[in-house]
Amino acid sequence: MFLARPLFRLMPDDTKIPFMKGGKIGIAFSIFLSIASVILAFYPGLEKGIDFRGGIVMEVRTPEPANLSALRNATGGLNLGDVGLQQFGDANTVLLRLPVQGDEAATQTAVNSVRGVLESVAPGARILRTEAVGNRVSGELFLGSLLALGISMVAMMIYIWFRFEWQFAVGAIVTLLLETTKVIGFLAVTRIEFNLTTVAAVLTIIGFSVNDKVVVYDRVRENLRKYKTMPLRELIDRSINETMNRTLGTSMTLLLSALPLALFGGDALSGFAYTMVFGIIASTSSSVFIAAPILLYLGENKLRRGAEVAAPLGGRASTR
Amino acid sequence: MLYFARWKVAAILGVILLSVLLTLPNLLPRSAIPSWLPARQISLGLDLRGGSYLLLEVDLNAVIKERLEGLADGARTRLRQANIGYTNLAAQPEQRRLSLRLRDPGQAPAAVAALRELANPITSLATGVSTPDLEVANADGLVTVTLSEAALRDRAAGAVEQSVEIVRRRIDQTGVSEALIARQGTSRVLVQLPGVEDPNRIKDLLGRTARMTFRLVDDTANLQAATPPPGVEFLDGEQPGTRYAVRRRIEVDGANLSDARAGQNPQTGQWVVNFTFDSVGTRRFAEVTRQNVNRPFAVVLDNKVITAPNINEPITGGSGQISGSFNAQSANELAVLLRAGALPAPLTVVEERTVGPELGADAIRAGLISLAAGATFVFLYMGLAYGLFGWLANIALLVNLIMMAAALSLLEATLTLPGIAGVVLTLGTALDANILINERIREEARAGRPPASALEAGFSKASGTILDSNLTNLIAMGVLYAMGSGPVRGFAVTVAIGTIVQMWTATTLVRLFVSWWYRARRPRTLPV
Repeated sequence: MFLARPLFRLMPDDTKIPFMKGGKIGIAFSIFLSIASVILAFYPGLEKGIDFRGGIVMEVRTPEPANLSALRNATGGLNLGDVGLQQFGDANTVLLRLPVQGDEAATQTAVNSVRGVLESVAPGARILRTEAVGNRVSGELFLGSLLALGISMVAMMIYIWFRFEWQFAVGAIVTLLLETTKVIGFLAVTRIEFNLTTVAAVLTIIGFSVNDKVVVYDRVRENLRKYKTMPLRELIDRSINETMNRTLGTSMTLLLSALPLALFGGDALSGFAYTMVFGIIASTSSSVFIAAPILLYLGENKLRRGAEVAAPLGGRASTR
Repeated sequence: MLYFARWKVAAILGVILLSVLLTLPNLLPRSAIPSWLPARQISLGLDLRGGSYLLLEVDLNAVIKERLEGLADGARTRLRQANIGYTNLAAQPEQRRLSLRLRDPGQAPAAVAALRELANPITSLATGVSTPDLEVANADGLVTVTLSEAALRDRAAGAVEQSVEIVRRRIDQTGVSEALIARQGTSRVLVQLPGVEDPNRIKDLLGRTARMTFRLVDDTANLQAATPPPGVEFLDGEQPGTRYAVRRRIEVDGANLSDARAGQNPQTGQWVVNFTFDSVGTRRFAEVTRQNVNRPFAVVLDNKVITAPNINEPITGGSGQISGSFNAQSANELAVLLRAGALPAPLTVVEERTVGPELGADAIRAGLISLAAGATFVFLYMGLAYGLFGWLANIALLVNLIMMAAALSLLEATLTLPGIAGVVLTLGTALDANILINERIREEARAGRPPASALEAGFSKASGTILDSNLTNLIAMGVLYAMGSGPVRGFAVTVAIGTIVQMWTATTLVRLFVSWWYRARRPRTLPV
C-alpha cells in the first residue's frame, strides 16, 4: 500500500543550515518589529472591543435590507454619543455600537431607548444580540487580561528555569515578550478587535510557543550531554536542524486546524483564528531565530563550562 | 517495551469503551434517557443556545448607609436614656462613620460606653475570635462611631448572599428554567438565563428592592414645611403629586409576610394584592391597628407610599389587601416581589450579554464546519507526511475526540463558541506528541538501530519531551481559566482536556497499535 510510507518531508534529512549565522540579524529585526508594534499599539492604537472599552453593541436583523441612514438619524437623535452603524454579514443585518454611557444605569437606559427607536424606524426588526458592558467592568476585564498575560509569562519562565538552566528561561521569556508585542502589533495593523477572545488567542500562542522552544531546548540539553566538546554554536545549529521537521510538522498541523476556523468560523471566531495563524508563524520562526541565538549568546561560556573538564577524558563525540 | 501485558490491553480498550459510553448520552435528548442512568451531558453555553447573561452589582454603599442610619437611631435612644446632651449627630457614609458633638465633653466616657453597647459581635470564621463591629472614639467631645473593616466585609458578604437568594426566588417565580444564579467576587451576582431573548422583564423585576413597610402617617405635620418634624419623613405617593408625612418608625415589615397574591376586588373589579402575615406580623399588625383606629396607615414600597387608608377597625386576622392603581401586570409583579422578599440593597446591571437562538445556531454550524474541515486537513497531512504511523495517529485522534467529549460530559462542562474553537485547535495540537514520536523513531532508525529497538527508543525518548513541552500548554490554559470569564473559560477547559488526552493517546494507544502491527508483520525496515 503506497500510503503506508511517508509521501513527503517538509525538510530534507541531515540539513546543516547554519541558523546561528542569522541570529544577530534575526534578533535585531525582531526587536525592530516589536518596537514598531508597541508604537502601533499606542498610535493609532488597538481596536479595543466592547469587553475592554465598555459600551453597547447590538446586532439587529431587519426584515428588508436595512436603511442605514434612517437608522443613523433615529439613533443619533437619542443623544447617546457617537453611534456606529455598519452592515454585518448581509444587507439585512446591522451592527450598532454605542460608546459607554455615564454609569451602568445610564447604559441600561440607553439599551432600552435604542430598542424603542428600532421598533419605530424598522418595524419587525429583531435584535439578535445585545451586549452592554459598564465602564467599571470593562476596566476590570482589561486589567485582568493584562494580568493574565503577565502571570502566564512569569509562570512559563519559572517552569523553564526549573526544568532547564536559567539561560534557557531568559531566552524563552525574551522571545515571548518579542513575540507577544508582535501579535499586538498585528492586531493594531489589521484592526482585529482586541477583546477577551483575542487575549485567549494570545495566551494560547504563548503556550504553544513555549512548547516549541522546549522541544528545541530539550534537544540542546540532550546534545550538550552527548557531544561534550562540540562548540555551542555548532551544537545549537545541529539541534535546530535535528528538530526542524518536528517544529515544522507541529506548526503545520496547528495551522491546518486554525485555518478552517479563520475561513469558516464566522465573525465571532475569525479574529481569534487569524491571530492564532499569525502567532503560529511568528512563534515557529522565533524558536529558530530568536530563542536559540539568545541561548547561544547567554550560554557561550557558561553552558560549556563542563567541557574543559570533560575534554581530556573524551575528546571525541561520544555516542551516548 | 512493545510488549503489552494482557490486562493492560484490556484496560486500554476498557477506557475507550467507557469513553464511548460516556459520550452516548449527548446524542440522545435528555427525555430519552431513563432517569436511573447516571447520564451526564455536555451543556451548551448561552452563546450557542441563546439566552441572557446578566452581571448585577449590589450597591454596598446603600448597605453601609442603612446600617449607619440604624446606628443613628440607636445612638439617639441610648444617649437620651443616659441623659447625655449632643448636637450635630450625622451619618457620614464616605468615612463609614457616625459623628456627634457632646454638649459637655466631660460626659465623653459615659457617651463612649453607651455607644459601645450598639456594637454587634462579629465572629471570624478563621480564628473563632469575636470582635465588636464598631470602633468608638472621642476627641475633645467629638465622638465618632466607625464601622470596622471586618464589619464592612461581613455586611457586604451577608448582603450579597442574601441578594443571591432573593434573585433566585424572584427568577423562580418567572418560570425561567435552568437559570443559574451565583455570587461572583465580593459584590456581584451572576445570572444566566438560557433561552431568554428579551431580559427586560427580568431586569425590571431585579431592579426593585421591593422593601415594603407599614407605617403610621403623622396627620398633624405640615406638609409644606421645609424639614419634617423629628421621626417623620416626607414621602411621595405612587399617584403623581401626592405627598405624605410618614413616621420613620416601622410598625410592620414586609419581611413578616407569608404570602401575597394578585386578585380582583369582587365589587369594583379593581386589581389588588392580597397578603397574609406570618404569626409575628399578625400579632404586630393587630396591635397597631387596635391602637390606631381611625388614623391613616401607610403602605410604603421602596420609599413611595402606595396607599394610606384609614384604619376602620382592628385587623386581627393577619391578612389584608393593598389597593393602589394596579393593573393585572403590576399587581402580579408586586405579588411576586413580595413573595420573594426584599433585596438588602439596590442591584445595578453592570454587564449584559444577550444572544438570540438564531446566532447561536449559526455559531454551532460554523463550528461544526470548521471542525470537519480541520479534521480533514489534519488527517490528510498526517497520513501523507507520516505514512502508516500517521494513519495510526489519525485513528488515535478519533479516539482522542471521543475521549474529550467523554471528559466534557463527565465534568458536565459547558460548551461555548471559544470552546468549539478549542476543540478544533486540539486537532492540531493532539498530533504534536505523535509527530515528536515519529521523528524520534525515524532518527533512531536512521542512526542504524534495528526496527524493534528504534521503535522502543523512539517512544521512550520522546515521552520526556512530550511531558515537558505539553506542560507549558497546561500552564497557559490554567492561567486563562483562573483569570478568564464565561466563554473563554470554556476554551481553556477544552484545550486543557485535549492536551491531557493527547498525551495518553500518543504514548499509550498509538504504541499499542504499533506493537500489534509489529508483531503481525515483523518488518525488517520501518515505514518512516
